[in-house]
Amino acid sequence: MNSVLQNFLDVFREPSVIVGLIALLGLVLQRKSASDTVKGTIKAFVGFLVLAAGAGVVSDALTPFGDMFQHAFGVQGVVPNNEAIVGKVLTDYGSQAALIFFFGMVVNVLLARFTTFKFIYMSGHVALYLAAMIAVILIANGFSSWQAILWGSLAQGLITTMSPALVQPWMRKVTKNDNVALGHTGNFGIATSGLVGRLVGDSSKSTEDLKIPKGLGFLRDTTVVIATSMGIIYLLVTLVAGPGYVERELSDGQWYLLWAVMQAGKFAAGVFIILAGVRVVLAEIIPAFKGISEKLVPNARPALDVPIVFTFAPNAVLIGFLASFVGGLIGMGILVAVGGTIIIPGIVAHFMTGAASGVIGNATGGRRGAILGAMANGLLITFLPLLVLPFLGDVGLQNSTFSDADFGVSGLLIGGSVRIGHAAVIGLVVIALAAVFVSSALVTRRRAVAAATEAEAQPTH
Amino acid sequence: MKFLAMCSTGLGSSFMVRMNIETVVRELGLADVTVEHSDISSAGPDSADVFFVAKDLEDTAQGLGDVVVLNSIIDMDELREAVKDAAARHGLL
Repeated sequence: MNSVLQNFLDVFREPSVIVGLIALLGLVLQRKSASDTVKGTIKAFVGFLVLAAGAGVVSDALTPFGDMFQHAFGVQGVVPNNEAIVGKVLTDYGSQAALIFFFGMVVNVLLARFTTFKFIYMSGHVALYLAAMIAVILIANGFSSWQAILWGSLAQGLITTMSPALVQPWMRKVTKNDNVALGHTGNFGIATSGLVGRLVGDSSKSTEDLKIPKGLGFLRDTTVVIATSMGIIYLLVTLVAGPGYVERELSDGQWYLLWAVMQAGKFAAGVFIILAGVRVVLAEIIPAFKGISEKLVPNARPALDVPIVFTFAPNAVLIGFLASFVGGLIGMGILVAVGGTIIIPGIVAHFMTGAASGVIGNATGGRRGAILGAMANGLLITFLPLLVLPFLGDVGLQNSTFSDADFGVSGLLIGGSVRIGHAAVIGLVVIALAAVFVSSALVTRRRAVAAATEAEAQPTH
Repeated sequence: MKFLAMCSTGLGSSFMVRMNIETVVRELGLADVTVEHSDISSAGPDSADVFFVAKDLEDTAQGLGDVVVLNSIIDMDELREAVKDAAARHGLL
């Protein structure tokens, strides 16, 4: 009997199986045909194993990078890249992360259904990464799996519901309607950009009146961007570390410059594999989430990935990326001067969240808003990841970390309270839940009063 | 017949466009159309019959063949017309 239970528990410790079961549930709820259901379940199961395989490739490229950075500069060098770190986390904490991801969607739908915050977080990839971070912070700091899943799912649902709400006042300025929201883990930085733009900018001088040469289309090719940027970083660090050290300790005698290029290529290859795995897993899960949320939440506003704002202000996309990257370089300079762990600007994060910050900053504060707002985002995504590193346990030593601002803010809140005690995390989640319901009630009442006043002012004909 | 929605990572916005295309395909009752999504770097001319990208990826998507450029990827009316046109071009309507 005991061994039967043991076997059963083994099944649930295998994250690929959990992911397959979540996909199965989604496909059944969508009433897919038997053959589609079986196919989808198997794809999600295998997709997770693809992701895990990519994690190994990234890890093989990052471990020598960490050693070499340590040898060259005497401190830890960290490359913030969501895919790189999440592969490792999902290998270690995959089951709990997958369940937090799943129940987090349930909490998101319930909050959207019963409060005025009608945001449905459709960006499954960043939601999965967020769940992975919550799992590692809670479990590395002593929560049992079940406690982590319970409190982690509530936290996940709260963050995914409220993060789009932060940006929505600025999103309305960009899209000129209130039907869609922004769903990305960069939202805190993007909202900050909107605020900076409003405080210091001048929205009459738009970035879109500038004539900016195009031709940076290659920035949209993720594999090329990662391979190139990592190639430059690896080469620089390899040159400082020197051929002697690299060829003796790391490259097994291979010419050190070729070795550096090969490691950068392997890093990009690993990220490519992880992206493919994430894509396959989500393809089977998100449509069910979309269908169910549309049925259960009237007037739902889908919170979508950052590229939805890119077409509104193409110049601001480029300016925002550059300004955010400059912010990241300034931040790195400060870290070098202060000493200690160095956060190397992660180009994908600066592109995705920096570009969106540029668009939002432009909407609230024109050119100055786009530049200073995106630069603020760049500084945030340099310092916030550093502050979260201590809460990540062994994962914090992987030479990579979660890159966007929401990871930083929620990681600090959850990590900070888990250090005080488990009760503090539970208190934080309960207070946040209460705050969401209270503010929802206040907003609803204010809207009702406004509507009533308007009705009085305009007597019926 | 295969329609492919693309974005830079093939995770978020292309997936949304794909699900919206699927809705339109169902509305129009098009038979034998599969819709998928991917990152733009993995796509080649043989990956699909019609490619859908947002305007900001117009240059990157050149050379793939029948590329439909969307001015806004959250505008369902624009997408509906684009899918209808693509279906007509390929003799499905």
